Amino acid sequence: MVLDPVPLQVFAEYFPNGISRYAIGGLFVGLGASIIYLGTGISAGASTFLESTLSYVSGQSRFQQYVSSRDWRLVFTVSIVAGAAIYSFTLGDSFQYSTDVQVWRLFVGGILVGVGTRIGKGCTSGHGICGVGSASRTSLIGVATFLLVAIGVAQLVAAMGVSP
Amino acid sequence: MADSDRHPLFIPLIAVGGLIFGFGLGYSHMARPEVVLDFLQFEDLGLPFVMFGGAIVTGVVYFLAPKLLDRPPLTNRNFERRLKPFDNQVLVGGAVFGVGWGLSGICPGAAYASLGVGNLTILWALAGMFLGAYAQGLWRSRNEAGDAAPAGAD
Repeated sequence: MVLDPVPLQVFAEYFPNGISRYAIGGLFVGLGASIIYLGTGISAGASTFLESTLSYVSGQSRFQQYVSSRDWRLVFTVSIVAGAAIYSFTLGDSFQYSTDVQVWRLFVGGILVGVGTRIGKGCTSGHGICGVGSASRTSLIGVATFLLVAIGVAQLVAAMGVSP
Repeated sequence: MADSDRHPLFIPLIAVGGLIFGFGLGYSHMARPEVVLDFLQFEDLGLPFVMFGGAIVTGVVYFLAPKLLDRPPLTNRNFERRLKPFDNQVLVGGAVFGVGWGLSGICPGAAYASLGVGNLTILWALAGMFLGAYAQGLWRSRNEAGDAAPAGAD
């Protein structure tokens, strides 16, 4: 990784893939959110899409409050998929990647993520990118909470011998 | 919050922003649950560079935007920081999210991006997320219907 500063080589053991892919990728993520904010004043989070899209099929009041924003949230999400596909076909492995993480982990984890982001007012993009960028105390606490819990759970699952 | 006075370029701008956002998630390998799990197990500490790298960029823009422009050119909103009220829900929801994230290595944005890098298995996680959001919304809609005064929107 050409862009890795020399001092970080000391910690190479903890960065087996270098840091440039992470840092550069993060800059693009921030840039995407920034362009939307600069043009529209909207803090684009990824998890509200779940509820706003459910408003197409459910009349529940909880979902109906997102009717006015559901169209652009759909566009945002489809564009995320397309943007990742552009990466995959240009610099990635051409749509060949598939996860080895077991299906039950993805499904049960997905349910908890769906419940948790909605109760907790945001996810890794809403709280993690836009909220932290706003120096929001709520988001900093939210991020600290889900990071610490996730580390504990992942360590526990690994200790129980579940892999991948 | 009304978006009725949208500029014709509103949706195209959202699309461009989403493309760059998704490209970044692909480039940073966050679309791969294994990479997130490696971070949570302290085997590859790169993930904070993604989250805080992204937050630094948005932080600069959140700070500069109101100084450069009176208001966003494509909506009738104001430039406001993303400040949500703190209550116990943030801790409860954050903890539930954390359990799900730690179990699966998947969060919403990264899951959408994962589809884009060819990972059709991720549909299981997406199905789970919609199911979870639906269950939560159903439960909360009923609670709000029972309350005389609805809770503040988040």
